[in-house]
Amino acid sequence: MSKLLSSANKEVLFMGNEAIARGALEAGVNVAAAYPGTPSSEVIENLASVAKERNLYVEWSTNEKVAAEVAAAASFAGLRSMCVMKQNGVNVASDFLLHLTASGTRGGIVLVICEDPGALSSVNEGESRYFARMLEMPLLEPADFQEAKDLTKWAFELSEKIHNIVMLRSVTRMSHASGNVICGKLPNKIRQARFVYDGPLTDPLKGPVISTPVGVKHKLQQEKLKTARELFEKSLFNKYIGPKKPRLLIITSSACYLYAKEAVSMLGLQNRVGILKLGCTWPLPEKLLKKYLRLTNKIMIVEEVLPFMEENIKVLAASYPKEIGVKTFYGKIDGTFPSVGELNPDVVAEALAKIMKVKYKKLPVSYAQELRKVAEVIPSRDQTFCPGCPHRASFWNINAALKLDGRDGFVCGDIGCYAMASLTPAIGFYTVRTLHSMGSGTGLASGFAKLDMFGFDKPVLSVCGDSTFYHAVIPALINARHHQADITFVVLDNAGTAMTGFQPHPGLTVSATGENVPAVDIGKICAALGAKVAVSDPFDLEATTKKLGAFLEEKVNLKILILRQICALSPEKKGKKQYDVKVSDELCLGDECGCNRLCTRIFRCPALTWDKAKRKAVVDEVICAGCGFCSSICPQNAIVKAKARVL
Amino acid sequence: MKNLLAKDPINIIITGVGGQGNVLASRVLAGMLVAKGFYVTIGETFGMSQRGGSVMSHLRVSQKSVWSPQIPLGQADIIVALEPSEALRVMSRWGNPEVAVLSNSRVVYPIGVITGDYGYPDEERIKDIFEKLAAKSWMIDATSIAMEIGNPVLSNIVMIGALAKAALLPIDRRAFEKEINKRVAADKRGANLAAFDAGAKMV
Repeated sequence: MSKLLSSANKEVLFMGNEAIARGALEAGVNVAAAYPGTPSSEVIENLASVAKERNLYVEWSTNEKVAAEVAAAASFAGLRSMCVMKQNGVNVASDFLLHLTASGTRGGIVLVICEDPGALSSVNEGESRYFARMLEMPLLEPADFQEAKDLTKWAFELSEKIHNIVMLRSVTRMSHASGNVICGKLPNKIRQARFVYDGPLTDPLKGPVISTPVGVKHKLQQEKLKTARELFEKSLFNKYIGPKKPRLLIITSSACYLYAKEAVSMLGLQNRVGILKLGCTWPLPEKLLKKYLRLTNKIMIVEEVLPFMEENIKVLAASYPKEIGVKTFYGKIDGTFPSVGELNPDVVAEALAKIMKVKYKKLPVSYAQELRKVAEVIPSRDQTFCPGCPHRASFWNINAALKLDGRDGFVCGDIGCYAMASLTPAIGFYTVRTLHSMGSGTGLASGFAKLDMFGFDKPVLSVCGDSTFYHAVIPALINARHHQADITFVVLDNAGTAMTGFQPHPGLTVSATGENVPAVDIGKICAALGAKVAVSDPFDLEATTKKLGAFLEEKVNLKILILRQICALSPEKKGKKQYDVKVSDELCLGDECGCNRLCTRIFRCPALTWDKAKRKAVVDEVICAGCGFCSSICPQNAIVKAKARVL
Repeated sequence: MKNLLAKDPINIIITGVGGQGNVLASRVLAGMLVAKGFYVTIGETFGMSQRGGSVMSHLRVSQKSVWSPQIPLGQADIIVALEPSEALRVMSRWGNPEVAVLSNSRVVYPIGVITGDYGYPDEERIKDIFEKLAAKSWMIDATSIAMEIGNPVLSNIVMIGALAKAALLPIDRRAFEKEINKRVAADKRGANLAAFDAGAKMV
């Protein structure tokens, strides 16, 4: 049986995202929808894995806005539902969410956001808590793994009580961290979907679900927020630990609570510093905050990304100077904490030690010096494409075609593993010159191509992955076609949402829960746009470069090349070598070759290394994925591939 | 509950390169400890770097509570490394005179070393650093052992076997067997147990 379905009172180790999924199950969630994105994807993966046993509908939606809409429909029909996304997903969903918070909801609905402070697996440090304030919806933030479960469950109850969507915010160090959780009961009740809409327009529970009349609905929305605030005042998810009269009060939420607690214990300040941990962070529980703000004049706010709590608490403090006195705030705004990057216990301890004028235990000076010497000899490990990655081959092809074309063409990039072609020394040349949100590469390319009337004369390419194609690229392609933008668009089709762990997308014949579903074919969509479409295998260097070169030369508006090759880490391919690859000692001229180490210096596959003693290239058989592409890049034909034996 | 830990919390860092089974190793170890009734907190750094990037898991083992998923600098008690330069990387930030280090000796070259931009310290140098700066250290050719058993990816389990034998934590073969039975298909259990035993022999 799945750990996710453990019986009540059982103590298990849950990843934050598993705890969120379990909380949703304990709340009796019926429908869950999401678009994958690190660090959020495991919530849906876990729910999908128990969908049959728990009678759930779970889907990977085309994008976050659609996910929110699918979840909202269930709520309108009186069911409990959730939609899950990473921080930037909220931007995509926000247009719908603005109207949803205005129309109100019916069955409990929770919007789970997993943010990525420090951008450990993102190209931004997006902050979504401001959306809670802007769209006027309640915001909850779990501070440990037990709370990740319990607060999720309560979020459904709160949503159903106020008839509006509730936002639950997690972060990487909560979603991708694990800890002990005691399970609660799983309900047996099954709800029936029933959408009532024949009441009056002004009745949000019986009439049509709609954000107008705006005056009535907006006022109602704000009253719901007031009700939430009253519930927050008494919520046990806000708690204070520390002395009755602390010298300094830390106000914190989320994983930062664990950092603050550890920092206080590292410095032995348990008797002088208090911690007010908030689980309910918008709207702020005013009475509760006033009570604790009175305790001391020194207030430290510990939070990640933007100073959301800090700003809100300062506004609150400014409203009641007579009751709570004048405060000194330490946070991001005065520079106590860095304004970018994630926090950890050390950063909090250092700030706290300075303010409280205490020293904390450091390593012996001579030992610390030795460690610094060690740091100097460690080679940095830059991110790169995996061994056998089709993207390395695709960009090799693109680079070769652009060099042959000779007009300094460039690529507008997009979001996926292939973004590494622009970010790091993943490969020894740079072709990607812009990188923004999902789908933006093709929109930008469409714009660049129209600059010819101002003297712009470079060929423009855009790339995107197969999942991104469905998510956000189609409107940009329609735009490019309709406005006759001369671009070459390359789909890097690796048969799944690879970067986040192979979640299926509309191009595949399998759903999140393993059902057979019709695939929506990228090639057919492209052909229907009236674009010129070709398909190639990126591992076939000669054919692919030729097709790309022809597209660059041709002036026929939108040209689309679909590069198909399954991701090296996909379940179909992982651990199965197609070729045994070796460098022939006789053929490799090593340092003497005029290629100037093209294979190791420019191609940069982790499996193709340089033997310093022999001064020749060598394949590391443990790391090599056996794709065989490198055999086509060596000018000496010294890299030899042979069909691998089937194990 | 009587005091079963040398200190509380015990801080363990498991480190390696994407694709070496770092995350599985940390889950298996955590599972064994949770089964014994401990609070375990794991913080993991993985995501975009599926293969070839540094991967690190922080484990805190406690009889009292969950802890921060990030271990404070200089406070690792045990470092288990699936790749030697990653052991050094963790050592340089979380090391202290009391730390115990178990490292795989098999190198996975960073891309910057392959291109010739950086050097890579030789094995003797790395051993010297451990001997000088760690209270206890073991270098184990876990990848070769794993390849003999049939799959280089089992090097993570070889290291777990070595860790169990090093007696730094209240874990043993029986706990491992129970945990691995929960996690892997029946036909793979034998290889995992062989890897665990082979690792234990190296300590």
